[in-house]
Amino acid sequence: MIKVENLTKRYAGFTAIQDLNFEVERGEIVGFLGPNGAGKTTTMRILTGYLPATSGSASIAGFDVFENSLEARRRIGYLPENTPLYHDMRVNEYLAYRSHLKGVPGGKVRERVGDVIELCNLREKQRAIIGTLSKGQRQRVGLADALVHDPDILILDEPTIGLDPNQIRQVRELIKNLAQKRTVLISTHILPEVEIMCSRVIVIHKGTIRASDTADNLLRNHRAAGNMRIEAKVGSDNAADALGRLEGVREVLVEPDGDYTTFNLRLEANSDPSEEVMRLAMSRHWSVRELVRRRASLEDVFVELTHSDS
Amino acid sequence: MRTFLTLLNREIRSFFYQPIAYVVMFFLLLVAGFNFFLSVLLLIGQPSEITVVELAFNMVPFWIVFILTFPLITMRSYAEEFRQGTFETLTTAPVTDWQVVLSKFFGALSFYCLLWAPTFIHFGIFKWIAKADAANANGAYMGVYLLLLLMGMFFTAYGCLASSLVKDQINAAVICACGVFIWFFLPFLPEIMRITKPETLEFFRYFSAAEHMREFAKGVIDSRQVVWYLSATVLMLFLNFIVFQRRKWRA
Repeated sequence: MIKVENLTKRYAGFTAIQDLNFEVERGEIVGFLGPNGAGKTTTMRILTGYLPATSGSASIAGFDVFENSLEARRRIGYLPENTPLYHDMRVNEYLAYRSHLKGVPGGKVRERVGDVIELCNLREKQRAIIGTLSKGQRQRVGLADALVHDPDILILDEPTIGLDPNQIRQVRELIKNLAQKRTVLISTHILPEVEIMCSRVIVIHKGTIRASDTADNLLRNHRAAGNMRIEAKVGSDNAADALGRLEGVREVLVEPDGDYTTFNLRLEANSDPSEEVMRLAMSRHWSVRELVRRRASLEDVFVELTHSDS
Repeated sequence: MRTFLTLLNREIRSFFYQPIAYVVMFFLLLVAGFNFFLSVLLLIGQPSEITVVELAFNMVPFWIVFILTFPLITMRSYAEEFRQGTFETLTTAPVTDWQVVLSKFFGALSFYCLLWAPTFIHFGIFKWIAKADAANANGAYMGVYLLLLLMGMFFTAYGCLASSLVKDQINAAVICACGVFIWFFLPFLPEIMRITKPETLEFFRYFSAAEHMREFAKGVIDSRQVVWYLSATVLMLFLNFIVFQRRKWRA
């Protein structure tokens, strides 16, 4: 449904995105992850026809976003960053205006507006002037606007920003339900959100794609390491060295804690040296008080992928 | 066409979401009424060569309020969209650039027509009370209101262009007001500088709004002026279109 090939956007003096390639299939919810300034919004703006690319191509449902911009735009429901709205219009009036603009047949406008008002939980506020709404309510008006013409593709730029936890949950549920017959590209930097909602994650950093996979695979395959913490009484034994020589251990940090010593092990991806650690401890007669293994979180992967310039 | 009408509808309605529309209407009618009253007063009790219509549309209060309407009706058109960020939602909807440019223009022009239309009542009242026509012939009424429309088109298109250049409606208003002022007063330059060369005078007269109004208020409808205002409007709209596209690409 969404196809991006060698997409590059340069502004005077700097490159916002460089040779992006990705595809999003029907029914997928793809999370677009990256730190601020990574190029998420730029990519989304190119897809929605708001910005031209410097080179490369992008298409929406087979329509090129430059050559056939109107047809492409007709198929997209777009929620821009910060949810711009006409503050002097009423909610239902605005949604009716937008549905006319997006080509909803005249006889169906009332029905569609009613549907999205219901869907986005705006019934009580439908006569309110948009300027008087709270941030979360405006966010939902923006979402209703993106949905009002029943588009095949949803492009949502940080849809849950500014919402309270209950509303975030509602919006997530909403997006998940919508995605059954649609394609959703959603940008965010709220990581748990991605793990819960998205069938696939694209991590973008400094204008290039660093990873594109399911959240599970990212966790499994990525270099982002897990951690292990051991608290033990080791006496004068040089435990740090011994632990460091074990397979799968990348780094050992030592913190003395009275009689006990805390060892923080940073592990290689997919390694689980807990058995070796226990065997070592028994052979050297350490008295182990605690041994905790923590799997890498998506946050670790994210930091790993976007931390350095590597 | 439906898209265009949807956009136009919003443009016209957007004037009435704001109190400013009612304020502008109120003051315009107040000043125009005072202006009319003054011109009748000046002509009372003595034979005169000029008609009420000719005088009313050549008085200073008329020109002041005329010039001031344009920044007020056009300043918001694009600048407000840029400021609120709605430019993005507008241009990512399936609308063409020309649809947006023309809807902004015709929206402002419709409001402008709505502002000036009621002034026609003055002449009806005059006829009813004075039992005499305020002009030499019906052609003079036609001339005046045709010229109001033509000049309105040109200055509105210019105002929209000014608004598309900046992100702030106050700046848009200032650019628009300065432009219209300069345009209006420039043809008086030869008089001020005491230039008497006939070609220069003729040249400046050709662009003089005040001069056009004098002619049209007599009922002399000059096709050269009609063509001039129409083509100037088209030029402004075209520039507007180019600026709009550049804005969009740069945003």
